[in-house]
Amino acid sequence: MTLCAIGVMEEYIQISGLYKTFQSHSGPVQVLKGIDLTVHKGEIFGIIGFSGAGKSTLARCINRLETPDAGNIKVGGVDILKLSKKELLKERRKIGMIFQTFNLFEAKNVYHNISYPLEISNVPRAEIRRRVLETAEMVGLADKLDAYPGALSGGQKQRVGIARALVNRPQLLLSDEATSALDPQTTLQILDLLKEINRNTGITILMITHELDAIRYSCERMAVLEDGRIIEVGAVRDIFSNPHSHTGALFARVYTEFQRTDMEYGSGI
Amino acid sequence: MSLLDTPLWEVIKGSFSPSIWERLTPAIWETLYMTALSSLIMLVFGLLLGILLTVTNPDGLLPVKFLYSASGWFINCLRSLPQMIMIILMIPVSRLFFGKSYGTNACIIAIAASCIPMYARIVESSLLEISKGKIEAAKSIGSTNLQIIFRILLPETLPSLIRGFTVAVIAVISMTALAGMFGAGGIGDIAVRFGYQRFQHDVLFAAVYVLIALVQLVQWIGNFTSKQILKKRKLI
Repeated sequence: MTLCAIGVMEEYIQISGLYKTFQSHSGPVQVLKGIDLTVHKGEIFGIIGFSGAGKSTLARCINRLETPDAGNIKVGGVDILKLSKKELLKERRKIGMIFQTFNLFEAKNVYHNISYPLEISNVPRAEIRRRVLETAEMVGLADKLDAYPGALSGGQKQRVGIARALVNRPQLLLSDEATSALDPQTTLQILDLLKEINRNTGITILMITHELDAIRYSCERMAVLEDGRIIEVGAVRDIFSNPHSHTGALFARVYTEFQRTDMEYGSGI
Repeated sequence: MSLLDTPLWEVIKGSFSPSIWERLTPAIWETLYMTALSSLIMLVFGLLLGILLTVTNPDGLLPVKFLYSASGWFINCLRSLPQMIMIILMIPVSRLFFGKSYGTNACIIAIAASCIPMYARIVESSLLEISKGKIEAAKSIGSTNLQIIFRILLPETLPSLIRGFTVAVIAVISMTALAGMFGAGGIGDIAVRFGYQRFQHDVLFAAVYVLIALVQLVQWIGNFTSKQILKKRKLI
């Protein structure tokens, strides 16, 4: 990014002191224990952690699908936690989200899945059509607009999810384990698509995942989340080669082991 | 003809006689009229009540504990009343609405009162089937609760809602048999008066044929519609 070259990165997401406790049958579970995080505008930022580390909860706090117990969240300068219900709905239209299980609307075809965010914003019909076609083109689904999600493959479904998330031209995309349910080849296609969109539109992407390759391939900076706390933040390169945390070390070890096996025995292709 | 003095086969043959069917035809129309109107009322209020239950559920879109407990309780109470008792209770209500406590319209009130809570529970059950992720996606897009209910919840669960409605309509049909209590006519009334009270079993058989055909038709329509929707969505 050009701003990066100058050395000045505008802060887009600013999280400080985030706490969240859930009530479970075995008692209260503190899932976020004081999160401080900064994500810069236009970057693809990765968050990695084991299951239960709090990754999804963190993502859901950013668009207030979950309400934290304490802390501050600012997205694009807007204090998310102080917004009224109405303002929150408006703000949510500036944040797109994609999911591991795609969460497409099976009653609607691809066209209407993508147009749904525009329909509820009362965008005029002609404009809707134009934007849907444009966004479908962007994700490579222009020929599948009449199809129903039930007939699509996993990769195609995620493309629809991405199109639906981006049709409002948001500034931020939250990717919650978006490639975790896809095979490696399709994962690569989706990551390529996200990188391309980031290049072309400058959208900020927060990539939450437990997949090492995804982070390594797409992210410049990352954070390691362990047991509700951010224990490492920095460039992907640095953390993978020299992790300071238990989780980071574990991930790095797994990664290098796979690399070594590949080199010794060939990747089998 | 009665089974008490005529062989079964004769009774069955006799049940196809034109005089019986002449008597039965107006009753069939009365049953259809009561079923259609009661089902329509049940559809509207059952849906609304079912949506209320689902939305005010503690895990729902807009948890309102008081409304959820109160409507749940109310529905449970109504469902506890046997249909006969409900009919008696509705007598003053029908007098209020229609000026008289007997007749087809009065019967419709009683059927609706009895079947609306049942259908509400069926609707609640269908709506709870929807995956939480879809609701999350709709919320993340910035949908209002009303938009989520009418543009996502209901369309997504439509096949299930149709199948549930089919079950409820059949319950309505069976309740129209009690219409005799109101002097409201209908096939069930014929079956009870002639078939049971006067031992005219040929009439009884004829009435049963019609009821079987009606229920089969309703079930078939429900299955067919639901299946067509699922096919269109490439879900089967």
